[in-house]
Amino acid sequence: MSDIQIVDAPPGVEGSGFFATSLDKAIGLARSHSLWPLPFATSCCGIEFMATMGSHYDLSRFGAERLSFSPRQADLLMVMGTISKKMGPVLRQVYLQMAEPRWVMAVGACASSGGIFDTYSVLQGIDEIIPVDVYVPGCPPRPEAIIDGFMGIQKLVQTESLRRRNEPEYQKLLASYGIQ
Amino acid sequence: MGKISNEELLSKINSKFGEQVTTTGEPFGLLTIETGKEQIISLLSFLKTDAALQFIFLTALTGIHYPDQEKQIGVVYHLHSLVNNVRIRIKVFMHDTDVHIPTATVLWDGANWMERETYDFFGVVFDGHPDLRRILNVDDMTVFPMRKEFPLEDPNRVDKKDYFFGR
Amino acid sequence: MQNHPVFFDNDPQSELSTLNLGPTHPATHGVFQNVLQMDGERIVSGVSTIGYIHRAFEKIAEHRPFYQITPLTDRLNYCSSPINNMGWHMTVEKLAGIQMPKRVDYMRVIVMELARITDHIVCNAILGVDTGALTGFTYMMQWREHVYEIYEEICGSRLTTNIGRIGGFERNFNSIAFAKIRKFVKDYPKVLNEFERLFNRNRIFVDRTRGVAPVTAEAALSYSWTGPILRATGVDYDVRAMEPYSSYEDFDFEVPVGDNGDVYSRFLVRNEEMKQSLRIIEQALNKIDKEPADIFHADVPEFFLPPKEEVYNNMEALIYHFKIVMGEVPVLPTELYHAVEGANGELGFYMVTDGGRSPYRLHFRRPSFINYQMYAPMSQGMLLSDAIINMSSLNVIAGELDA
Repeated sequence: MSDIQIVDAPPGVEGSGFFATSLDKAIGLARSHSLWPLPFATSCCGIEFMATMGSHYDLSRFGAERLSFSPRQADLLMVMGTISKKMGPVLRQVYLQMAEPRWVMAVGACASSGGIFDTYSVLQGIDEIIPVDVYVPGCPPRPEAIIDGFMGIQKLVQTESLRRRNEPEYQKLLASYGIQ
Repeated sequence: MGKISNEELLSKINSKFGEQVTTTGEPFGLLTIETGKEQIISLLSFLKTDAALQFIFLTALTGIHYPDQEKQIGVVYHLHSLVNNVRIRIKVFMHDTDVHIPTATVLWDGANWMERETYDFFGVVFDGHPDLRRILNVDDMTVFPMRKEFPLEDPNRVDKKDYFFGR
Repeated sequence: MQNHPVFFDNDPQSELSTLNLGPTHPATHGVFQNVLQMDGERIVSGVSTIGYIHRAFEKIAEHRPFYQITPLTDRLNYCSSPINNMGWHMTVEKLAGIQMPKRVDYMRVIVMELARITDHIVCNAILGVDTGALTGFTYMMQWREHVYEIYEEICGSRLTTNIGRIGGFERNFNSIAFAKIRKFVKDYPKVLNEFERLFNRNRIFVDRTRGVAPVTAEAALSYSWTGPILRATGVDYDVRAMEPYSSYEDFDFEVPVGDNGDVYSRFLVRNEEMKQSLRIIEQALNKIDKEPADIFHADVPEFFLPPKEEVYNNMEALIYHFKIVMGEVPVLPTELYHAVEGANGELGFYMVTDGGRSPYRLHFRRPSFINYQMYAPMSQGMLLSDAIINMSSLNVIAGELDA
């Protein structure tokens, strides 16, 4: 046998010529291994992201080969770097242009909470304007930490139910940010 | 060091401008002079166009705020003469109620954004500037953040609990 | 004061259209915006908007003691943060009148030249990516990883290094660090040669970059340009040669100069500067071998934090530690300007002190900010694809642009 690792199949009923499992597990499996990230790189964490995409750390092993700079074609918004108050509306606009299902990863201390810049011009964390799924701390986080955050997103994608985006709880979360 | 010494430089400037230019010192070998806003453009253009001095390079243009002084807002110019390898620093101070100074964009194109930054931070109005508006801060900001009375942190934050910060 | 200029697209008979370039950029150049008025593919005029990552460094610096400003300077030009750190430390040392031992100067030179190499790697590789050549970028980023390993040996972190202390380094370079530096100096010229063979006489690359955005020396000096882009126009202004700091006068290196300031010249100047940096690092390694091997900081107990073992056991060290951390070290109330040659140009620190523990005013003379203001006037009449190449050859780092 070759030593190429393949993802484990989800629990299901197997027979000759068929495999039955629940739809959200199958879709979650497919989605999590082919996420299309939008690298919203503003500052130093963006350079660490470039190193993560490089051949040494290689994020595309995890399926994130195709970066998309258009929000309409992206699943995962990776916000890397400081977001200032001038940039806040731009970030919100980009988030609104993404189609469901969408996930948000805040990479770095500045995106998570404002970082070392506790000033009048820096947004103290992007979760003031958009809902965030995974926070990756660090200043800048090592590429291993960014990959760990990415694997956290993958776990969220795998275990998400198909109805989640239509449920009232999710609608309430979006409404709390002012997003319809 | 350079081909022109600070004494020669100072004597040339004094012979042309006399009492309009005062010397505040030579900290770390960099001649620092002070003048008024009426003479600043003629002083800068003399330094730039004089055949022996040739201060053709504007290194930096910035502002400073001394709230306790009589003339509170200052604009600081750093010039560099590449041929003679000598630098000079010129300061102009203005009273808080009349923060106008003629623009240096008539001499150097590079002063454009430097003056916009000084306006954005200190509120210094450069008369004759082609496009004086804010450059780094949000466009609808009404205050000038680098002045000493403006706080560093955002005063409208509600989530920073004083208890955790020892206040 | 005028309001923000707006282009009106309402007239269907008008031939001009408005294109918004930014602030979310592909190819991670940074967050700045250009609103361009286009006549088909040609740019008629443009307005630049910056400040999307304004983090108020100068205001923060007025509230921090001297050694806490070093992490701020890291985040100015984050592709080559050791140069910013060293420049700031040298500013404070000039203020305090500290004389550095030669070995510390040579160690600083090695770190700064490595940082210059990494910055030029990013700039030239991204310039290749913007013309469509992704191969150069993929291969050259690997060599940035090797320099990151060297930084990790020296200071522990990869990108925003916070290297060194006021007065030297926090620890000596160990043998692993020297071995890695030597290996880098031995292996990198081959890679650089490969990169040059791929690009320098490549028909597509030369057609894309030669003759694009030529700049005269007078225009560049009027816009206060510094750095490789000024040297590409023919002016040989390099702060390391004109006002040597950190014992650069002991080194034998050339300052490469281009001819007409177009994008191709800037590319070649940066490549040549990488070669000269390698030369400087080799000379520094040889010079360090001749110095006593245990000096890594100047003898300034008022500024240099003593090692922790001494703080716990020795009374003077404890007192100095307390005074440094509480910021009770007296400095002269004066003002000074110190410039270093950053990867983009002259990075200057104008500091006014009042005797307290933080500077009264600290202004960073940021080369990316000053270089970028010529972009909008320069792009008038250019094709859009040429304007993109022009922007990446200016090497605008957003952290340094907005500070």
